[in-house]
Amino acid sequence: MITLNINKKNYKVDADPNTPLLWVLRDIIGLVGTKYGCGVAQCGACTVHLDGEAVRSCVTKISRAQGKKVVTIEGLSESNNHPLQKAWLELDVSQCGYCQAGQIMSAAVLLKENKNPTDEDINDAMAGNICRCGTYLRIREAIQLAAKEQQKV
Amino acid sequence: MEKIKTDNSRRAFLKASALVGGGLMIHFSGLAKLAMPTNNGEIEAAVQWSEINGYVKITPDNLVKIICPNPEFGQNVMTSLPMIVAEELEVEWNKVVVEMGPHDNVKLGPQFTGGSNSMRMYWRPLREAGATARNMLMQAAAESWAVPIAEITTKGGVLYHEKSGKKGKYGDFASKAATIPVPKGVKLKEVKDFNVVRNSQKNVEGSKIVSGKPLFGLDYKHEGMLIAMIQHPPAFGMKLKSFDASQALKMPGIKDIFSLKLYEDGFEQGGFDVRTFNDLLVVVGETTWEVMNARKKLLVEWMPAGDTKDTMAGRSGGRQVIVPGTLENTTDQYAKMLENAAKPAQQLRKDGDPETAFKNAAQVIERTYTAPFLAHNCMEPMNFFAYVTDEKALLVGPLQAPGWTEPTLSKVLKLPADKIEIQMTRMGGGFGRRAYGHYLVEAALISRKAKAPIKLIYSREDDTTYGIYRPMYTATYRAALDSNKNLMAFHVKGGGIPEHAIHANRFPAGAVDNYLAEGWQIPSNITIGAFRAPRSNFNAAAEQSFLDELAEAMDKDPIDFRLELLKRAKENPVGKNNEYDADRYAGVLKLIKEKSDWNGADHKKYNRGVAAYFCHNSYAAHVVDMIMKDGEPYVERVFSAIDCGIVINPDAATNMVQGAVVDGIGNSLYGGLTHKNGVVEENNFHKYRIIRMHEAPKKIEVFFVQNDIDPTGLGEPPFPPVFGAVANALHKATGKRFYQQPFALPQTNAGSV
Repeated sequence: MITLNINKKNYKVDADPNTPLLWVLRDIIGLVGTKYGCGVAQCGACTVHLDGEAVRSCVTKISRAQGKKVVTIEGLSESNNHPLQKAWLELDVSQCGYCQAGQIMSAAVLLKENKNPTDEDINDAMAGNICRCGTYLRIREAIQLAAKEQQKV
Repeated sequence: MEKIKTDNSRRAFLKASALVGGGLMIHFSGLAKLAMPTNNGEIEAAVQWSEINGYVKITPDNLVKIICPNPEFGQNVMTSLPMIVAEELEVEWNKVVVEMGPHDNVKLGPQFTGGSNSMRMYWRPLREAGATARNMLMQAAAESWAVPIAEITTKGGVLYHEKSGKKGKYGDFASKAATIPVPKGVKLKEVKDFNVVRNSQKNVEGSKIVSGKPLFGLDYKHEGMLIAMIQHPPAFGMKLKSFDASQALKMPGIKDIFSLKLYEDGFEQGGFDVRTFNDLLVVVGETTWEVMNARKKLLVEWMPAGDTKDTMAGRSGGRQVIVPGTLENTTDQYAKMLENAAKPAQQLRKDGDPETAFKNAAQVIERTYTAPFLAHNCMEPMNFFAYVTDEKALLVGPLQAPGWTEPTLSKVLKLPADKIEIQMTRMGGGFGRRAYGHYLVEAALISRKAKAPIKLIYSREDDTTYGIYRPMYTATYRAALDSNKNLMAFHVKGGGIPEHAIHANRFPAGAVDNYLAEGWQIPSNITIGAFRAPRSNFNAAAEQSFLDELAEAMDKDPIDFRLELLKRAKENPVGKNNEYDADRYAGVLKLIKEKSDWNGADHKKYNRGVAAYFCHNSYAAHVVDMIMKDGEPYVERVFSAIDCGIVINPDAATNMVQGAVVDGIGNSLYGGLTHKNGVVEENNFHKYRIIRMHEAPKKIEVFFVQNDIDPTGLGEPPFPPVFGAVANALHKATGKRFYQQPFALPQTNAGSV
């Protein structure tokens, strides 16, 4: 039995410690906002926060997540009001939407560590997140908008 | 073990899609099909919806719900199609609730997402649905107030009778309206009076997307649901010989392992019944990870399939097709294409006397272009939920063409269509891939055999290596010039594995006196199908590069050269059946010339490439501005001009064009799927290069031609010409012509012999 702290809530999970966090989130706990895209840390659709760091949950064993704080897209904000979520809606970023939770989770760590990112900083931080619909320009713009909003507060 | 279920259960799903109130329905499809019995008592008590017609439901509390008929895969139909209804219905858009409809082609029409057809297919029917519903509400009010209907006006979901000062909400009259016979020929709004359409409206599911709500097929859950995966042959041309599941069955969570046959021998396949393998080895278990692990413990013997036979449905009965058993190699595929290109081909169109023109030419320019197989790489891998019993089938998940898949399910499962319920979830991408519903049939058969509700999931590797790909193409273009460098003749001969890409009646057909188009194909066991702008996505690369090179040889500006040809096609067209409208084609070129400041002096830093194309009833032109960055080409800026008629949702349309441009840059520079002994070599994103954030342009400016023409497609048309524009910019950037896709790889095809 492994205890996982996800979005400030404890879950006791009876699963092999080698199981990737992604599948425990999706299949056992039922938090499906974190997406399966590639299974090999190449697309970023499964990005979650582990003690504030962006990790690919498809290659993060639950044994590694034990004792740490996991935040998923469902726990990013109280009421869909993280500056990034607001900026995403303001600029109507999404097309199919499948990768966007992972994009937002990656961007959230960037913005925490870099309050005023340049486009180059964004390119670097977001290079691990694929958007097959090609919404990259709007993602970039939304991160910039969120950064500005964050500074106002 | 503590398992926590989400509330995305079958019951919740039904609750969201249940309807009561019976009412009337308007349908424009001649296809007969019984409405789906979905109600149960508990749900009926919930909300009293009056169904005015298949697309409009209203409650006494004045909640207005608009049903989206077509599956959503990012093209934003869930927003833009209901906008059309709302426009004519005269309701406040921000108060409308939008819901994805179930598969029901009696009430909801063809429901096909593909071919950039949603707008074209539904523009008129949805306007009529909205206008008719509004008229029925007006009739109901007129009767209640005992006033003539001509004196009733509507605004924002409220009915007014000015003379008497009476007014009432739509909800007050909804149940009465639902009993009124459906009027015919209701007048539609004037285009100039639109206030929902042509105004940017936000994605109705935007907030669910950014908060991670269950929306996609992979997110769907059902009580007692198991997970199934298919262990497919490692290579095209192989099949299952035998397997030993004893070790795999001992793995935790594993419920069942079996093989099954997808189609029985002689099953007549329709055009969208393509499947990669017919003998399936299936692992069923409790969770995805457990099933993935058990697959590794399977001991399987595969064998060469040899030549096999498929039966294709046809008007005069089944037609047998031999599928060769070759274990293909990409180098051989290219060699074979080259060999075939030299042989006589099927003539597709001929104008004038091209043979003589080429014989008498002062100069002949000949270039050969190639492109690889492409995988769709939808971010959400193929998957579908199925719960099939002897009596009925429930299927839930992402697909583009429920209307094409249902007849196949009905035949394979031997169930009448009215016992098959298909619910469409949001799709994590489609690009044509999800028009091929074999994975629903697979899921259905697995569920029936496992006697359980199951969700079939493809791993990323399954999805990439077990695909319905964009074919591999080549085309040789020839142009004959006279001594004054005038274009005398144009010849295109295209081929592919397993089909060619030639559209014989497209530009520059109609603009050149002597014209010849030919095609040939090489049979293959690599399965192929529609991929964003099928065929056009290659033609626009090859043809538009060739025209650029031709313009250069003729000392002409590439845009002016195209405009000259289009002028000819308009004023004195050659031949019949020219598919494009030369004026509208020229229109996007003129617009891009202006908006990109084509001849301006301020763009010296960039290597500019231009291309234009017509497909799926719309016109697109791009100018891409390229620089070289760390030895790799980088498209920093793009200008796009589009004519798709009336633009329904401008900002979303802009987003779509920007996405198509990024997709085009990515696939032209990096996309490609290769085979070694039948094995797909690029099995995941570490080998299959997809464009990423830092490779996407800084700016893509999109301009729409303003006209009042009924809307045509947008999902596909902007995509193909990106390939040509990138190729032409590469020439400027490097001084070399690029004839072989993907362009970022070393070029081994010199273009000419």
